[in-house]
Amino acid sequence: MSDPPALALANVSKSFGAVRALREVSLELFAGQTHALAGENGAGKSTLVKTLAGVHRPDSGQVLRGGEPVTFASPADAQRAGVAVIYQEPTLFPDLSVAENIFMGRQPRATLGRIDRGAMRARAGELFARLGVTLDPEQPARGLSIADQQLVEIAKAISRDARVLVMDEPTAALSGNEVARLFSVVEALREDGCAILFISHRLDEIFALCRRVTTLRDGALVATEPVSGLTHDDLIRRMVGRDLGALYPKQDTRPGEVALRVDRLTREGVFTDVSFQVRRGEIVALAGLVGAGRSEVARAVFGIDRWDAGTVTVAGRPLPAGSPTAAMGAGLALVPEDRRQQGLVMELSIERNIGLTGLRSLRRGLTVSRAAERDRARDWALRLRLKYGRLADGVGVLSGGNQQKVVLAKWLATGPSVLIVDEPTRGIDVGTKAEVHRLLSELAGQGIAVLMISSDLPEVLGMADRVLVMHEGRLTAEIPRAEATEESVMAAATGTGRAA
Amino acid sequence: MTGGANTAALPRTRSARGLVDLVFRARELSLVIALAALVGVTAAANPNFLSGQGIEDILLNTAILALLAVGQSMVVITRNLDLSVGSVVGLVAFVTGDMLASGWGVVPGVALGVAVGAACGLLNGLLVSLCRVPALVVTLGTLYVIQGVCHYIAHGRQINAADLPPGLLALGNGAVLGVPYLPLITLAFMLAIGYYLRAYPSGREFYAIGSSPEAARLAGVPVRRRVLVAYLVSGCLAGLAGVLWLARFGTVIADSANGWELLVISAVVVGGVAITGGVGSVYGAALGALLLTTIGSALVVLRVNPFWQQAITGALLLLAISVDRVLALRVARLLRRRSRHG
Amino acid sequence: MGRVLRWDVLVGALLVAVFAGGSLATPGFATVSNLSFALGDLGEIALIALAMTLLVVAAEVDLSVASVLGLSSALVGALWDAGLAIETIVPLVVLVGAACGLVNGLLVTRLGLPSLAVTIGTLALYRGLAYVVLGDKAVAQFPPQYTALAVDDVPGTFVPYPVALFVLLAVITGVALHATGFGRSLYAIGAQEQAAFFAGIRVKRIKLLLFVLSGTVAAFAGVVFTLRYGSARADNGLGIELAVIAAVLLGGVDFDGGKGTLGGVIAGVLLIGLLRNLLMLNDVSTEIQSVVTGLLLIVSVLTPRLLALVRSRRPVLKGSS
Ligand SMILES: Nc1ncnc2c1ncn2[C@@H]1O[C@H](COP(=O)(O)OP(=O)(O)OP(=O)(O)O)[C@@H](O)[C@H]1O
Ligand SMILES: [Mg+2]
Repeated sequence: MSDPPALALANVSKSFGAVRALREVSLELFAGQTHALAGENGAGKSTLVKTLAGVHRPDSGQVLRGGEPVTFASPADAQRAGVAVIYQEPTLFPDLSVAENIFMGRQPRATLGRIDRGAMRARAGELFARLGVTLDPEQPARGLSIADQQLVEIAKAISRDARVLVMDEPTAALSGNEVARLFSVVEALREDGCAILFISHRLDEIFALCRRVTTLRDGALVATEPVSGLTHDDLIRRMVGRDLGALYPKQDTRPGEVALRVDRLTREGVFTDVSFQVRRGEIVALAGLVGAGRSEVARAVFGIDRWDAGTVTVAGRPLPAGSPTAAMGAGLALVPEDRRQQGLVMELSIERNIGLTGLRSLRRGLTVSRAAERDRARDWALRLRLKYGRLADGVGVLSGGNQQKVVLAKWLATGPSVLIVDEPTRGIDVGTKAEVHRLLSELAGQGIAVLMISSDLPEVLGMADRVLVMHEGRLTAEIPRAEATEESVMAAATGTGRAA
Repeated sequence: MTGGANTAALPRTRSARGLVDLVFRARELSLVIALAALVGVTAAANPNFLSGQGIEDILLNTAILALLAVGQSMVVITRNLDLSVGSVVGLVAFVTGDMLASGWGVVPGVALGVAVGAACGLLNGLLVSLCRVPALVVTLGTLYVIQGVCHYIAHGRQINAADLPPGLLALGNGAVLGVPYLPLITLAFMLAIGYYLRAYPSGREFYAIGSSPEAARLAGVPVRRRVLVAYLVSGCLAGLAGVLWLARFGTVIADSANGWELLVISAVVVGGVAITGGVGSVYGAALGALLLTTIGSALVVLRVNPFWQQAITGALLLLAISVDRVLALRVARLLRRRSRHG
Repeated sequence: MGRVLRWDVLVGALLVAVFAGGSLATPGFATVSNLSFALGDLGEIALIALAMTLLVVAAEVDLSVASVLGLSSALVGALWDAGLAIETIVPLVVLVGAACGLVNGLLVTRLGLPSLAVTIGTLALYRGLAYVVLGDKAVAQFPPQYTALAVDDVPGTFVPYPVALFVLLAVITGVALHATGFGRSLYAIGAQEQAAFFAGIRVKRIKLLLFVLSGTVAAFAGVVFTLRYGSARADNGLGIELAVIAAVLLGGVDFDGGKGTLGGVIAGVLLIGLLRNLLMLNDVSTEIQSVVTGLLLIVSVLTPRLLALVRSRRPVLKGSS
């Protein structure tokens, strides 16, 4: 390479209190190249991204642009320097339209500096067409699913015509189709000479998209090398520091009696006539495209949203509509899709979050026992190998994957008989993913009925005893483990396959 | 995605868009309808309500409240609050009156009033945006401070209309082509600010900040500067309102607009500006002020027992926000049902 | 992020400083009779602040408390005029207060309206009803054995009855907020309502309860107020909602919800009360008292931020946690 890197970090360190999130990390991003960043949860990837984006300033070391040191004092500085960033957690304005979200601060102008709304809408439409999604640019961002939010973020970033595009787990919430579209768009940007940094816990994606990969472990650089010479196992070893067992360890179990029965469940305009059952000891996957209504079914079953017709029965007893408390009482647990809004109270500590689902069981006399609360948290933190400083730390400072573990802990601690998990491994690294899978298997082995919503097809195929597929609000197929293949599931999910 | 899916999706989103637009406009529309109903009923009971004098009274009474509501909504849209406006009006009215009575000209007097308001707004804005102190605490604090200062300056005195220059009083009570000045001034500010907030990129940033301050920062929006501007505008308008207050009433005592902060916030809320930021328009806020004032006048015209007037005003206020909310919920549900498989 | 300086601790320290300073500089301040008077004078605000703290922690607010107080006072007067016994009046009036709170709560939880908007509306409504009930007259001839209850000390102590009641309620509220599952729920609701709902917490029911509680306490405070001044009027307690909110804010409870301690609020209430008492003893005019209260509010929130700013040399990124 004779050209200097479009953007680079030189010996950058960054600490948060006692946590050393980055230690002397160097990284070079070249024009026309896609570079991957890999590492376990909490390895420092997002911190690195935020340093490139001007959100954090490095404690020591430098950011270099075209070989020259620069100081990004704010995100605005980085944007002006041609760096576009997709953050790990979507950062949208819920009250504004999707189009305004995309173009905030750089709206197309008409005369006298006014906003040209027509042009703005049209350009947003073009972006969505390029990404192959049907989102209405005039729709408010409030109420978009995580996946749609992610797509808006992607549209926002590619609309910047940036020289450097940084993407922190853009695919975590997306399913196969959208990922493929994203990749073709990214590929086109790369050919136009954009430098791209890509982060994902799905290793296949790294191998499919990237030329080189940098691995971080505990904030320190492990290696930067071409992807071509690497195997999956090599990469995992660099990230984790050891070898990993089989990824999808689901054993065949003999299902017991029906634990959860959903009968002709309908929420108008959202899903229609959904019927299925989950037996004890079984893992049933709910697959489908983003927006097919999978999370909505889960939410209704757990009582978050009301249903308009149908019944939900847990262990033979009907569940009232619209009461999570009743659902919990019946032994249901829901690990929701959006951990920041629904899964966790960001301001509260790790132990308080884990204790939140057990305020009754933690009671000693009239008051909550702090010791019991702490024991519960410590116990589950250990079992899930949570990476944390102190249990009294705010959950907001944990890395994304570790936050997800806290959500899991919070629900597993309730000892559920039916566990519904919505994207349980979204944003979770390979090592932890294997642990979560082992855990789910183990729980199923103990007779818990597991309903798993996942957009990660290998995960669905590897874990599920049965795969239910939804398409546009209806259940379109039920595929037993033996017949479940990428083709059969995708066919049902896109509505091109046989009807159920 | 097949072409078929795309074309199938289009009409669906169109109709959804129409409905969404309707909901947003409905806020202002439902205010207009409520207003029309109120005026209709009152006028049927007492035709005097719609006499030139009656309308002029309502417009005059609305003007100051609406001006304050316009400034306040700018602050509220950024997810902040300005509780100090009432005390600023009182302070400015008294101080300006004092100066005018001691021989100042009208123009320097008005300038002084606006400048005092601007200074108060600047103080609030600096504390909120630079020092990141919660808006409610700061402006409650400045409310007390300004109130105290005003009483201290006044020392029990009052400003008399007789001591004020006639030019100022003409501003408060004069008219062009039968339309009094005051509402025209308010209208001009409302239209200018409303247009700016809607049509200009920097105007939209106020909404962005209120909708999600964190996202705004990441999007490179100059959050502090915008919040500072919002307070500054609110302060200037409060200063102007103070001068107009003096011009209209002539005789003022210390802290004469005591308690108006809540009245102004009521107008803003009734006008559909979300107290949580990011939603609403200054037009709505001004309409809210008009509605509140009209309710007050209607109750007088209808000879409602004065002891009942406040209770009825409160009940109508609750009714207004409740109906608005129920309608919004209904439409949202309709939208959902139509949104798919429709 | 080391906790630089906790707000409620700061206010507590300030309280101690004011007390010490006052005792040294102002004769007649640290006497039993004066303190007992100062505390009694705070009674209603302090009582209402307890319920308000719970609401604000849950990210709601009740601006109608002063109007409920006024309505309750007017009712006491009207019913007394009508010849009812105080023993009957008090439960009735407190029930009306609970109903007022229920209306607030239903509007907030059933319709999902912001409580600030709802309670500005009921602020006008309830105060208006107070005028409807009693007009602008005053009812004053309450028998001394009742008015004495609002000012006299608990026998054998120098603690007035209302203060004793406050202490009892404060202890109960403190335990409820800081040690029970109920209190944990409030913090969760205030910080992230959706997550609390997903965790099976009955958000709406709890909020409704808080509003009912707030109305009940405000009505009771109205009774105390009436008896203490021996006068029932519709405009009693006009505007004290802001004083209550000032005390809660001064105590370090964040209006965004999910933060704050009851200890801080109590320190805040006492601080405002003692300071006003001190200024009064020193013949400082009421306008200056108002300025001091305002400055106190601003300074109390400004100091920790400035300290944090100085330590980190540059602004903390997100809301400092
Ligand atoms: N604002 C902050 N304050 C304190 N600690 C932080 C902060 N941001 C990150 N950390 C800590 O820094 C470390 C690195 O976090 P980072 O978010 O960069 O991890 P990551 O590699 O992106 O993980 P994931 O794959 O889970 O997203 C973690 O231990 C995290 O807890
Ligand atoms: Mg990350």
